[in-house]
Amino acid sequence: MNRVRNHVLISIDAGTIMAGARAVEKALTEEIVRQGLSDEITVLETGSIGATGQGVIIVVYPEGVYYGNVTVQDIPQLVEEHLLKGRLVKRLLLSELPKQHVVTKEKTGLLKEQPRIVLRNSGIIDPENIDEYIAREGYEAIGKAFSLKPEGVIEEIKKSGLIGRGGAGFPTAMKWGFAHNAPGDQKYIICNADEGEPGTFKDRLILEGDPHKLIEGMIIAGYAIGATKGFIYIRGEYSLSIERLEKAIAQARQYELLGDNILESGFSFDLSVMKGAGAYVCGEETALIESLEGKRGHPRLKPPFPAIAGLWHKPTVVNNVETLANIPEIIWRGATWYRGYGTEKCPGTKVYTIIGNVATPGIIEAEMGTTLRDIIYEYAGGIKEGKKFKCALVGGAAGAFLGPDMLDVQMDFANLKEYAAVLGSGAILVMDEDADIVDMLQSVLHFFKHESCGHCVPCRLGTAQLVKVIDRIAASKGIKEDIEKLSNISDVMRDTSFCPLGQSLCLPISSALKYFHDEVYARIPL
Amino acid sequence: MAAENQCNCVQTQEEDLYPRLNEIIGEHKGKPEDLIMVLHKAQNLFGYLPKKVQEMVAEGLNMSINEVYGVITFYNFFSTVPQGKHSVKVCLGTACYVRGSQKVLEKTEKALGIKVGGTTDDRRYSLGVVRCIGACGLAPAMLVDEDVYGRVKTTNAMEIIEKYE
Amino acid sequence: MIKTKINNVDVETPEGTSILWAARKAGFNIPTLCQHPDLVPGGQCGICVVEIEGVPGLKRSCMTPVGEGFTVRTHTQRVMTVRKQLVELILSNHDTDCLTCIKNNSCELQKLAATLGVDTLEYPKFEEKLPIDKTSVSIVRDPNKCILCGRCTQVCSDIQTVNALAINNRGCDTVITTAFDAGLGNSVCINCGQCVVHCPVGALYENSQIEQVWEALHDPDKFVVVQEAPAVRVMLGEEFGMPPGSLVSGKMHAALRRLNFDAVLDTNFAADLTIMEEGTELLSRLTSGKNLPLITSCSPGWIKFMETFYHDMIPHMSTAKSPQQMFGTLSKTYYAQQKGIPPEKIVSVSIMPCTAKKFECQRPEMNISGYQDVDYVLTTREIGRMMREAGIDLKEMPDEPADDIMGDYTGAGTIFGATGGVMEAAIRSAYFLVTGRELENLDVIPVRGLKGIKEAEIDIDGTKVKVAVAHSCGKARELMDKVAAQLEKDGKCEYQFIEVMACPGGCVGGGGQSWGSNMAKRARRGESLYEEDKLMPHRRSHENPSVQAVYEKFLGKPNSEKSHKLLHTHYYKRSTVDGKVLPENKISE
Repeated sequence: MNRVRNHVLISIDAGTIMAGARAVEKALTEEIVRQGLSDEITVLETGSIGATGQGVIIVVYPEGVYYGNVTVQDIPQLVEEHLLKGRLVKRLLLSELPKQHVVTKEKTGLLKEQPRIVLRNSGIIDPENIDEYIAREGYEAIGKAFSLKPEGVIEEIKKSGLIGRGGAGFPTAMKWGFAHNAPGDQKYIICNADEGEPGTFKDRLILEGDPHKLIEGMIIAGYAIGATKGFIYIRGEYSLSIERLEKAIAQARQYELLGDNILESGFSFDLSVMKGAGAYVCGEETALIESLEGKRGHPRLKPPFPAIAGLWHKPTVVNNVETLANIPEIIWRGATWYRGYGTEKCPGTKVYTIIGNVATPGIIEAEMGTTLRDIIYEYAGGIKEGKKFKCALVGGAAGAFLGPDMLDVQMDFANLKEYAAVLGSGAILVMDEDADIVDMLQSVLHFFKHESCGHCVPCRLGTAQLVKVIDRIAASKGIKEDIEKLSNISDVMRDTSFCPLGQSLCLPISSALKYFHDEVYARIPL
Repeated sequence: MAAENQCNCVQTQEEDLYPRLNEIIGEHKGKPEDLIMVLHKAQNLFGYLPKKVQEMVAEGLNMSINEVYGVITFYNFFSTVPQGKHSVKVCLGTACYVRGSQKVLEKTEKALGIKVGGTTDDRRYSLGVVRCIGACGLAPAMLVDEDVYGRVKTTNAMEIIEKYE
Repeated sequence: MIKTKINNVDVETPEGTSILWAARKAGFNIPTLCQHPDLVPGGQCGICVVEIEGVPGLKRSCMTPVGEGFTVRTHTQRVMTVRKQLVELILSNHDTDCLTCIKNNSCELQKLAATLGVDTLEYPKFEEKLPIDKTSVSIVRDPNKCILCGRCTQVCSDIQTVNALAINNRGCDTVITTAFDAGLGNSVCINCGQCVVHCPVGALYENSQIEQVWEALHDPDKFVVVQEAPAVRVMLGEEFGMPPGSLVSGKMHAALRRLNFDAVLDTNFAADLTIMEEGTELLSRLTSGKNLPLITSCSPGWIKFMETFYHDMIPHMSTAKSPQQMFGTLSKTYYAQQKGIPPEKIVSVSIMPCTAKKFECQRPEMNISGYQDVDYVLTTREIGRMMREAGIDLKEMPDEPADDIMGDYTGAGTIFGATGGVMEAAIRSAYFLVTGRELENLDVIPVRGLKGIKEAEIDIDGTKVKVAVAHSCGKARELMDKVAAQLEKDGKCEYQFIEVMACPGGCVGGGGQSWGSNMAKRARRGESLYEEDKLMPHRRSHENPSVQAVYEKFLGKPNSEKSHKLLHTHYYKRSTVDGKVLPENKISE
């Protein structure tokens, strides 16, 4: 099983061949071999990506960065800077968004157009330059928002049907409405950028690729609920994201888009970045609030919900990065436009991180309601090496394993619920026929044992006992009753855990046992 | 952060760092809500959070020492043991775990004679784990300082580590 | 009022009442473990879950308020299965050597397991054993018994504001420890023992000295004297199944005599003596106007708290020793002399409602008699155990008085055991000391009761004296912050005299009380002390004939040079990190 770190697409069409695409491709392949990266980086040919007059075009995935006018002379720098060190080569960045996006073109010739709302600018603009964001209609939405009353903004979001992208599947407008109506002289808006799901890095793409979009979303959210202060709680490991965000905030202040009396609207708002310190549970909104107050990240009991009593017991809205990145687009283009994407119950798009045994792991944005089959086979190029699909863990570590019968289910928050599954953070870990479900489950359970905050009995001791059981099964030392024990413990955790972290662990367990009971059973010595 | 510490080829004496710590604490005086921020800065400065640093932070932010200690022991990021010159981190993210990173970790623990979170007596290496560094394609992955190593095996892990003097 | 249906029983409760309490009103005792009536529920254990019709999942009844029209079921099959499994999970990480556990038969977990009929241990044990913390002279902590219910940390941080114990680490490595896991003896712990009395299991208990006391009692060469604190006489009965607050002074003296103590004396005598010393000190400070307010010093938990967190208050502290220590000093000086017993043969034992007294008696400065003034301190629980071991049933005891020269006491001495009691006793005598006349109405009602901070203004012949009383260190902190702010502002404070007790309710709520205590029981015990006060022939400390005698025969007069040497002490500044005496400071000698 050969997994690659980056896919480099080189656009081959009449225009690019004229510009020397073949020579660039050859130089690129050789340079990758020379740098010893051939195991990790795959060069693929792709068709026209819809940009003309930009010379040779190269797209690097999973980041989704577009370079234009690339010459043979640029290759050593491009390989060294981007593919080796992970830094963008700014001078080569493509300035204009191609009309039609091609995520990948495998030899099969499958093409899939990728609608871009959230990731509209990521990889296309220089994220460190506010002017580039403004040039792409950036910060227009705040002007429009200010012309509506806060109630009007909330109404527009309500019409758009936006569902929070953090995983709980709660309508954003409702959350905002609660906080807007809650009495309080001080209110807060918090962006949850503590992206902690293993194998998920979609928020990072927004934070690093388009920080101003998040800032704009937060200004609008703050305006709608009546918050003058916002916090971005960001995963400590994301140093580049933090740096970019801080730069972007400084620029926005310079342009008086943050601060007192923004655009002479009478509305004042400012932002701070708070660095997390490494605790998965802080993705839960009340634990995040505790952490923001400088404490251990133990979840609080709900109710009261943060919208009524959150940070410092003031009305607080906690929204995910992706949710907030949707806001400027909805306000600027209108709810009706937004509803043109996605499903009736869940309009818009979803950004997925797809990893595992697929041809093109990476980040994709797809309409709500896209099937798992489309995501795997059309966006991610199918299962690697033509193997068979076994299952996918969808929704993060506490998501559900979905087997082949789920491939054609339309995925959105509402619909997956019907099938006892979740969209969660949009993480999709694909496993092929060779993958071992016990190993997989073992990894998930170890993760939860490590990340349980320790507050309540069911989660603290439940995760520890689950690990004992699965370790025994994995070592082929299990007993028959162990399988029942797995479900028993996870059921108790579902019913009695204090917060969603412990409650949701039953999903991976019950779904794994649903599809692969026999496989787990086979590990038990007779 | 790690790079900062390494650039000082001569190890700065901890004593010399306290005035700077006092400045940092001064910016957050009497503000317990800034604890995590201050701890980040203090760890940047010292590479870890020695007892005396914790005491000074507690006093400066007007908190009890046990509240400070409780926060430090809750978050993965903070360390109360001095860090070695090089940080070795084995990825235990899903993809790496499945491909045997736990065994790599165990082997490394044995070879270095320390547990996760520990530092070798000669302060050459600190051993830690990370949960996914986005190098799932290279599983199992190991991080030495800022360098990512992919497809690490129990047989070559120490070989890689020993290159770092 | 909210109407709820609980298992088909209709019940009406005020808005905000938890389902747990509403169910009790309806006649259903939902089992709980982490919940304690005096504390805010934290929801750790999950045992008290119930089903609410139309609400998905199970809800913790301790923290879910009743809602209009709720239909609640407290013992469905799902609920009962889950409860059992939770207990099994807890037991998988609990040292279950119940027979040798100090809490055997009084353990809430043991009782819960029995109640729920847990008859198998479904889950394998976690084998790792953690070291038992024996660093403190007062309190032992066994992390292997700890179930992380969070009661001790809540009481330590929120009620006492000490923060010696806290939740550290994460996940299944979570432990309740002191900072740096240095042990209670190397922490800011003030030894109040509130953690001990709130612990549902055997994870926290006193550092026992039963063995040493038996040894002394069995040694024919030793003359073992015993004193009992005021509060002990209203809590010892509970050790023998008597109702909370039963007054057993006479039975207690009789039982101790039957344990073969050579002299059964009484701390209440020393309490009266304390009033003479402290009252005189108050008068002299009122006259000079210096170092006001005067703050009481009877509570050793409070003393260490003050030394650690409020050592700027040291000049305001009364230098009078606590009754226990005055008694200890006199037992090896005055008593030895009067009775003709060589002091080295005297073993001075005290029975206390307190764990901090164990620390106090071992403070290095407490040896002015030339020996350690008090040798051993036993909690009420420990003396209960000794009596049971010796086959003595307190209930069956006759009423006997204490022995002479240090056994007499007045009503003023006995109310020392309740919050406000020291203040009330002091007022009764101060009035006499100033005016030469007796206070007519002896009941100083405003300083009684369980309100956190109480205030009163006393008119002593035209001089207004404003006093304040605080119990629990959290309330003491509040009061001290107020005093410090006033002093800082213009060097003056509205109060002239302040009483502080470390424990909620005063000594009747001390760390040495019977297991399973709560505020209702503490209140009941306090009331009993005031009842005894009413029954006493003398109700003012200065009327105690034995106290009058000790001044005549031995000390001269209150605050005399000899009194000062023997009955007064000094305090140290302590570190807020490890509670140790800071170098460089001997403030008030």
